[in-house]
Amino acid sequence: MPEPNVNNKQPSYLEFQGRFKGLAGWIFSTDHKRIGLLYLYAIMTFFLVGAILGVLMRIELISPGETIMKAQTYNGVFTLHGIIMIFLVVIPGLAAVFGNFFLPIMIGAKDVAFPRLNLLSWWIYFFGAVLAVMSQFVGNGPPDTGWTFYAPYSTQTGTNVVAAVTAAFVLGFSSILTGINFIVTIHRMRAPGMTWFRMPLFPWSLYATAWIQVLATPIIGITLLMVVAERVLRIGFFDPSLGGDPILYQHLFWIYSHPAVYIMILPAMGVITEIIPTFCRQKVYGYKAIALSSLAIAGVGYLVWGHHMFTSGMSVTARWIFSLLTFIVAVPSAIKVFNWIATMYKGSIDLQPPFLFALAFIFLFMIGGMTGLLLGSLAVNVQVHDTSFVVAHFHYIIFGGMGFAFFAGIHYWFPKMYGRMFNIKLANIGIAILFVGFNVLYFPLFVIGVQGMPRRYYDYLPQFHTGHFISTIGSFILAIGLIVMLYNLFYSARKGAIAPANPWGSQSLEWTIPSPPPVENFEEIPVITEDPYNYK
Amino acid sequence: MFTEASNFVEGVDFAFKFIFGIAMFFLVGLTTVMIVFIIKYNRKKHPNAVQIPSNNTLEITWTAIPLALVLLMFYYGYVAFMPMRNPPKDAMIVKTTGRMWAWDFEYANGKHSQELVVPLKKPVRLNMTSKDVVHSLYIPSFRVKEDVVPGRQTVLWFIAEEEGTYEIFCTAYCGLGHSGMGSVVKVVSQKAFDKWFAEIPKPAAGAAQGLEIIKRNACTSCHSVDGSKLIGPSFKGLYNSKHVVISNGKEHEITADSAYVRTSVLEPDKDVVKGFNKGLMRSYKGTVSETDIKNIIEYFKSISR
Repeated sequence: MPEPNVNNKQPSYLEFQGRFKGLAGWIFSTDHKRIGLLYLYAIMTFFLVGAILGVLMRIELISPGETIMKAQTYNGVFTLHGIIMIFLVVIPGLAAVFGNFFLPIMIGAKDVAFPRLNLLSWWIYFFGAVLAVMSQFVGNGPPDTGWTFYAPYSTQTGTNVVAAVTAAFVLGFSSILTGINFIVTIHRMRAPGMTWFRMPLFPWSLYATAWIQVLATPIIGITLLMVVAERVLRIGFFDPSLGGDPILYQHLFWIYSHPAVYIMILPAMGVITEIIPTFCRQKVYGYKAIALSSLAIAGVGYLVWGHHMFTSGMSVTARWIFSLLTFIVAVPSAIKVFNWIATMYKGSIDLQPPFLFALAFIFLFMIGGMTGLLLGSLAVNVQVHDTSFVVAHFHYIIFGGMGFAFFAGIHYWFPKMYGRMFNIKLANIGIAILFVGFNVLYFPLFVIGVQGMPRRYYDYLPQFHTGHFISTIGSFILAIGLIVMLYNLFYSARKGAIAPANPWGSQSLEWTIPSPPPVENFEEIPVITEDPYNYK
Repeated sequence: MFTEASNFVEGVDFAFKFIFGIAMFFLVGLTTVMIVFIIKYNRKKHPNAVQIPSNNTLEITWTAIPLALVLLMFYYGYVAFMPMRNPPKDAMIVKTTGRMWAWDFEYANGKHSQELVVPLKKPVRLNMTSKDVVHSLYIPSFRVKEDVVPGRQTVLWFIAEEEGTYEIFCTAYCGLGHSGMGSVVKVVSQKAFDKWFAEIPKPAAGAAQGLEIIKRNACTSCHSVDGSKLIGPSFKGLYNSKHVVISNGKEHEITADSAYVRTSVLEPDKDVVKGFNKGLMRSYKGTVSETDIKNIIEYFKSISR
C-alpha cells in the first residue's frame, strides 16, 4: 500500500487564499477541485427541486382525477422535472463533479489541461440553469412539452418553449467544453509512467464519455435551434403544415439523447469500478475488458437511437436494424457486471457505505438493463412503449444506476473532499431507506405499464389505481431516505470527525495525498511504476 | 391481460416471457452470487484477499454467451413483430383520424364513429393520420400501437379474436387533454357488425348537423354544451350573449353573433374571451367549411334560447 505523503506543505484547497476572498474565491477559482464542488452544490440544489417536483407528481397521481393540481400544471411540472433532472443534474452529473475533482488527481496532474476553460464551462452551466429557471416565469406560462420537446407540439403550443430550448442549447456548450478539456487532459497530462493501461478505470470511463459529449452534443444544439427557428420564423423543419417532417425531429433528437444516456451512465460505471476493488482489497477483475467495454458502449451507443422510435411510423427496415444493434449494446454492460462480481470473489470484503451503495447500484442497474432488453425487443416494445414501463425502466437506469452511483461516489470520496468523516451508521440507515423506497416507488410502474398504463397521463382508469397508490407511498419513503442521507452529509462536512488521508485503505493515487487535498494536489508529480489496483 | 384478444397477443407475450425468463435467471443468479460472496468473503472471516489474475477464456465466455442470448431475444421479437407491419390485402379499412383530443373512425360507406366497432375474426386495417400533432393509437389488450402522425399516413392492423370492449389510449403526449384522449374498440359478431354498419344516420341538417360537426372535430373536448367551464368557454347560451374579449391586448365587449363565431373558428387567437388562455386552439381554416360554420351557428342558436 502506498504511504500517504502527509508532509505536503501547501495549504489545502479549502483554505487556500487566492486573488479573491469568500464567495468570489470560489466562483472565480480555476482550481479543478473548487469547480467540482461548485458543480456539486448546483447539482444538489437542482436535484432537490427536481425531486420535490417528482413527489408532487406522485401525490397528484395517488388517485384518479384531480388531486392537488390542474392538468396544465401537471404537464408543466413533469416537463420541468424532466428538464431539470436531465439537463441540469444527470448530464453534467458525475463527470462534472467527480470528474473535475478527481480526474487530475487520479492521473497525477496538478489540474485539468485548460483550467480557465473549465471555469467558463461552469459559468455557461450556471447561465443555462438561470435561463431554464426563467423559462418558468416569463412568457405565456411554463413549457408543457415534456423534456423531449417533440414537434410539432413544441412548435405549436402557446407556452414558453423558446426559453427552455435555448437553455438546453446553452447547457450543451458547457458539456462540449468539459468534454474537450477532459480528452486533452487525459491525452497530455498523465503522470510519467502512467501508460493507457495503467490508468485507473474512472478516468477511462470519463474518456469514453468525453468523446460522446464532444461528438453528439452539437446535434441537439442544432436541432433545438431548428425548433426555435420554426417557432419564431415559421420555417418548416418539423411541422407538416409548413412542409416539415415530425419524424425528422425525433431522429435528430434521439441521435443526441440516446448517447446522452451513456454520458450519464458511463462515469457512474467508472465510480463503481473504483469502489469495488477498494472494499474487496482485490485487483479489479478484467481491467482491460472493463476499459474497452466503455469504448464499445460509447461507439455502439451512437447507433441505437432508433429504439426510441419503434412505433413512430419510420421504415420497417430501420426498426429491425435498430433493434438488433440495441441488443448488441447490452453485451458490454453485461461484461462490466460480470467483472464487478468476479472482483468480489475471494476478496476481503468490508461492507462500508460506499460499497453498499455500489451493491445497490449493481442490483438496480441489472433490473434497468434487463427491462431494457424487453424494450429493445420489437414485439414487446409495441406493448410497453410510452407506458409507465418505460418510466420505471429509465428511472432504474438513471436514478437507480447513475443516482445511486453518485451517492456511492459522494460517500466514497467525501473524506478526501472535506477532510472529515460522515456518520457510518446513519449512512447505512439512509441506504436501507433509499433502497426500499426506490423499489416501492418504481417497481409498481413496471406492472401497470405492462397492463397498458400510458405515461405522461394526468388522469387514469381505476384498474391502475393500486399501482399508482403503492408508487406514491414509495416516493414518500424515498424522500425520507434522501433527507437522512443529506442531513448526514451536510452535518459531517462541517462537524464530522477528522478523516485520515486514506480511510478506506485504497491503492489509488488520490488517497496518497492529504485530506483535503493541497491546492496543487502533489508536491512532486508521482512516477507510476505499477498497474492500478495493485492489492497484495 | 392474459387473454387472446387479438392475433398478436401470442407472439408478443411469448417474446416477453422468453426475455423475462432469461433476465430473471440472471438477476436471481447474479444477486445470489453477490450475496454469497459478501458473506463468505467478509473481512471478518476472510481478512486477506487472494489475488485472482484475470482470465481471457472467462472474459470471452461471458461475452459470447450473452451475445448468443441477446441475438435469440432479438429473433423472437422480430418474428412476432414483422407480421404487424404486413396487413393482409383483404383487410377492412377504417380511416382513423386523431386530433386534440379525440379519435374519429370513418368506415367505407362514409359512416363516422367515435368508437371503433369491428367484426370478430376479420382483419381490420386502420389507415391513420393526425390533424394536428403526433398522437399514438394503443390498444393494450390487442398488443398493438402505432403513432398517428400529421402529414403522413401510418398503418396498424389486427384480427380481433374475442368479443368484448377494449380500451384505446393515446400514448404520444399531445398536450392538455392527452390523458382524456381515449376511446374503445367494440368487437361484435359479423351479424351485429353488418347491422351497425348499415345503420347510417340520415344526413342531418341545420342544428343536428352542427352538433355532429363539433363532435367530429373534437371541439367538445374543450367547449362543453351544458354550460360547464372546460378549457374554453361553453357553447351553451353563447349565441348573441355579451362577452368581454381581449384583442391585441385590449379589452372590449362584443356580442357573440355569427360573424364572431366565424372569426373564432378561423382565427381563434384574434378575440379571446377574458379569463381564457390564448394559443391553445388552432385555426380550423380548411378543416371546417363555410357550410359547416353555418350549421354550427344553427346548433348554437338551438342551445342559446
